[in-house]
Amino acid sequence: MIQVILPAHLKNLARVSGPVSLEVKGVATVRSVLDAVEGAYPVLLGTLRDQSTKKRRAFVRFFADGRDFSLEADDFPLPEAVASGREPFLVIGAIAGG
Amino acid sequence: MSQVRVLVGTKKGAFILTSDGTRSRWKVDGPHFGGWEIYHVKGSPADPSRLYASQSTSWFGQMIQRSDDGGKSWAPVGNTFTYDGIAGTHQWYDGTPHPWEFKRVWHLEPSRTDPDTVYAGAEDAALFKTSDGGKSWSELSGLRKHGSGPRWQPGAGGMCLHTILLDPVDEKRIFIAISAAGCFRSDDGGGSWKPINRGLRSEFMPDPTAEVGHCVHRIALHPSRPQVLFMQKHWDVMRSDDAGDSWREVSGNLPSDFGFPIDVHAHEPETVYVVPILSDSQHFPPDGRLRVYRTRTGGGEWEALTKGLPQRNCFVNVLRDAMAVDSLDSCGVYFGTTGGQVYCSADSGDTWKAIVRDLPPVYSVEVQTLP
Repeated sequence: MIQVILPAHLKNLARVSGPVSLEVKGVATVRSVLDAVEGAYPVLLGTLRDQSTKKRRAFVRFFADGRDFSLEADDFPLPEAVASGREPFLVIGAIAGG
Repeated sequence: MSQVRVLVGTKKGAFILTSDGTRSRWKVDGPHFGGWEIYHVKGSPADPSRLYASQSTSWFGQMIQRSDDGGKSWAPVGNTFTYDGIAGTHQWYDGTPHPWEFKRVWHLEPSRTDPDTVYAGAEDAALFKTSDGGKSWSELSGLRKHGSGPRWQPGAGGMCLHTILLDPVDEKRIFIAISAAGCFRSDDGGGSWKPINRGLRSEFMPDPTAEVGHCVHRIALHPSRPQVLFMQKHWDVMRSDDAGDSWREVSGNLPSDFGFPIDVHAHEPETVYVVPILSDSQHFPPDGRLRVYRTRTGGGEWEALTKGLPQRNCFVNVLRDAMAVDSLDSCGVYFGTTGGQVYCSADSGDTWKAIVRDLPPVYSVEVQTLP
């Protein structure tokens, strides 16, 4: 099971308080993890990526195992530590003021 | 005794202010959706317990929230706003073609008769409609595909469809306003549209009297007389007596005819309110004095309403959707400021009191009058 940590606003929307554990089909990639997140929590459709183009929203970043995967291809395999659930997949709202 | 429920959208959440008909003591509830921008909250005239809220951030996009119990609890509904067909282009700030891109919903206008039917005004400018309580939204694309669409251009605040007026007599007639395209009217329920901007003059345009391109900030009507429209334009306060087919200026003796909101008294169709702002480059009241101006003659002659409002060192703005009236016998008038105050007058504007003073910047104010 992959562990996904959502930012506070999205935890509120999804009505979860901590990391969410998700079964990911096939190779763990950014795309397959986000597919699993949206499948389990349809309320998050459109909050992480555009609903039609699947393009990442500009102020959303994806970190895992000490690396930034935001700019990698959607099908780039995530590290084994993430795929096995030892390290979480973090969804981060970009830092901004105001 | 009657009650009022004031629905406030702010930069950092929604607030619900309630009082009995005296409008003297208030309960403040919120923030709902804390940290999110709430452009607009509005209740259904057909079922006052049904509320809709537009919730967005630049980070996580657009959500629409719905309450079936007057704002005690909320649940997200559909947030898919897809332009019909090939979106095409409008003009960018530099005059080049720019693809139509959905950014957010500025305004939600529930049907007068069906709580499940709501119209949504979007940025980039388009009109959407739901008939299933917000689960799904479809574009009324006859507006955007009106021949002038490629010539529309954003104002500094974005190219937003910010005003939707549903004619209370002719259910097929809808008025909308876009910054900076102007006003449009549909007489067939939103299928086809025509621009209604004759008489407007905007000096920032190459052709000041062009058919489209005017930065209309807000329009308003009285339900008993929907062919009479009032407009606060970028500059100029305007009036139409023929459902927008022609307009004439009624700025009269206002200290500035720049401003954002405009609204009409609940029981007096010729009594109109505006909040003059110094200029397009200085968005605060003239002389640091927050004054609502009221006409009782449908424009032209305006009086300053100042009792209870700050008359020195006040440099807030009042945004276009941040004024509303209730329908109690003594009409209540409400407005919110970018400084976080929400003011109420229980006597048609003669005197004012702040309901709250320290909210986040107020984007919108709506009022429900409840039994």
